[in-house]
Amino acid sequence: MSANLSAIFYLISGILFILALRGLSSPETSRQGNFFGILGMVIAITVTFLSIGSYSSGFIYVLIFLLIGGLIGAFIAYKIPMTAMPELVAGFHSLVGLAAVFVAISAFLNPEAFNLGSSGDVKIASLIEMSIGAAIGAITFSGSIIAFLKLRGIMSGSPITFKGQHYINLLLGITIIVLIFYLCNTQSESFFWRLIGISFLLGLLLIIPIGGADMPVVISMLNSYSGWAAAGIGFTLENSALIITGALVGSSGAILSYIMCKGMNRSFFNVILGGFGAIDQTSSSKGKEQKPFKSGNAEDAAFLMKNASSVIIVPGYGMAVAQAQHALREMVDTLKKNDIKVSYAIHPVAGRMPGHMNVLLAEANVPYDEVFELDEINNDFANTDVAFVIGANDVTNPIAKTDPKSPIYGMPVLDVEKCKSVLFVKRSLSPGYAGIDNELFYRDNTLMLFADAKKMTEEIVKNLD
Amino acid sequence: MEIDPFIFRLSIFILSIFIGYYVVWSVTPSLHTPLMSVTNAISSVIIVGAIIAGLSGNSQSIFNTSSIFGFLAISLAAINIFGGFLVTQRMLQMYKKKKKDK
Repeated sequence: MSANLSAIFYLISGILFILALRGLSSPETSRQGNFFGILGMVIAITVTFLSIGSYSSGFIYVLIFLLIGGLIGAFIAYKIPMTAMPELVAGFHSLVGLAAVFVAISAFLNPEAFNLGSSGDVKIASLIEMSIGAAIGAITFSGSIIAFLKLRGIMSGSPITFKGQHYINLLLGITIIVLIFYLCNTQSESFFWRLIGISFLLGLLLIIPIGGADMPVVISMLNSYSGWAAAGIGFTLENSALIITGALVGSSGAILSYIMCKGMNRSFFNVILGGFGAIDQTSSSKGKEQKPFKSGNAEDAAFLMKNASSVIIVPGYGMAVAQAQHALREMVDTLKKNDIKVSYAIHPVAGRMPGHMNVLLAEANVPYDEVFELDEINNDFANTDVAFVIGANDVTNPIAKTDPKSPIYGMPVLDVEKCKSVLFVKRSLSPGYAGIDNELFYRDNTLMLFADAKKMTEEIVKNLD
Repeated sequence: MEIDPFIFRLSIFILSIFIGYYVVWSVTPSLHTPLMSVTNAISSVIIVGAIIAGLSGNSQSIFNTSSIFGFLAISLAAINIFGGFLVTQRMLQMYKKKKKDK
């Protein structure tokens, strides 16, 4: 197949990838979009095979490795529980990063195969492109591994900070640029390996100071990085499908990070520099006497909801941890049978990744037209009888609207306090991730339900009958 | 004077960023998780480079350092491609409208 013809096919597969993302604008078109994505991938791989032409005995090994990877991937995709989606996505990001590093290494060691000149005399432009691809790929890989370990709970979710952290990162960043410069000047292999090593280290150091609840930003950011790494390799290989995809994924991740930061009213740098909540925690949550609060049991909650005409559910990370989504759906079904209007309110940063709550509710067969975003539903709280907050905390804290000194001041929050009564399912009175007390707990119209989210919801279902 | 082909690739790149910007803003927030998993899958089109790398050895020595990295990259990218598209498919199957029997 001629180079021009294959370039056109790569362009087509790039366009199919754009359509794949476009399909996600509504759930009805999304499945078709995914099909376009698969089609684009099949075209890209087939064209690559055809354009190589010579079917040497290496070909069979390509198929074998492809099959091994494919089987592992398919196995994971079918087995993974929906609650583990954030760590799965982080894990997948790390693989894209590592693949980019490997392709860059391969291109560096054998530039003839890629038409980039000869070993020791690689085109300068290609060297810069592949070093950028390799560096971003390596940062994506090690960063995603840390994110994966934190999300999986293998590593503590609390931020790990030490003095001079940001200066070290800055220094490492500068070192990467200097190494690329020397690599271009000398074409020496040793600079290339050092470049990759330092990028791995930078990836680790970038993510360890970021705490668990900031993971939505981190995952989106790594998503973006994996795109830029792919684009860097795309430039090296002069492949438009890779360049288009890299740009799409890169901007997609960047936009998601922006949305997540906005959901917390924090700047991107504030999140990335990390350590949120670790500093103020002691000053605001300790040294105060216990304020009075009302606590109840499942029976009280069932009574309140039975006598309501409308209920809004506010899910948070606690629901994911307790895997309470199915029990919750059951509870809502029972409420609906009693002609109570129920809807769900989802804060942009609820959970550990963008759209986390939506996926869990979808898994529990909650129809997506009952699930609303913050701006769609926030005005409805005032006309609602009961808000059922399950596993969320900071995103409901009215202090964000009233106290300019609070670390979460200005963060958009769900106005649950405007409901006639608020039910809070929580394990204890402990403050949320931001380390600040939620004054909602002590209001007259709030009833605290101290229990595991799943057990409490199941109890309520029993009491509703 | 001739224009360097790099400039054309750069144009594709920058225009694609703009396309990405507008397309991603139109993605409904409830599908942000599938968006991440599908972007994961499509960015594994890097497998194209991995295949070229894997086939870079000659018939006497299929395996050299360069091609071994290529083969490994093929497997990594394949995990992502299959895993990414299938898990997206699985998620999207769950997004349903209100059932009529209720």
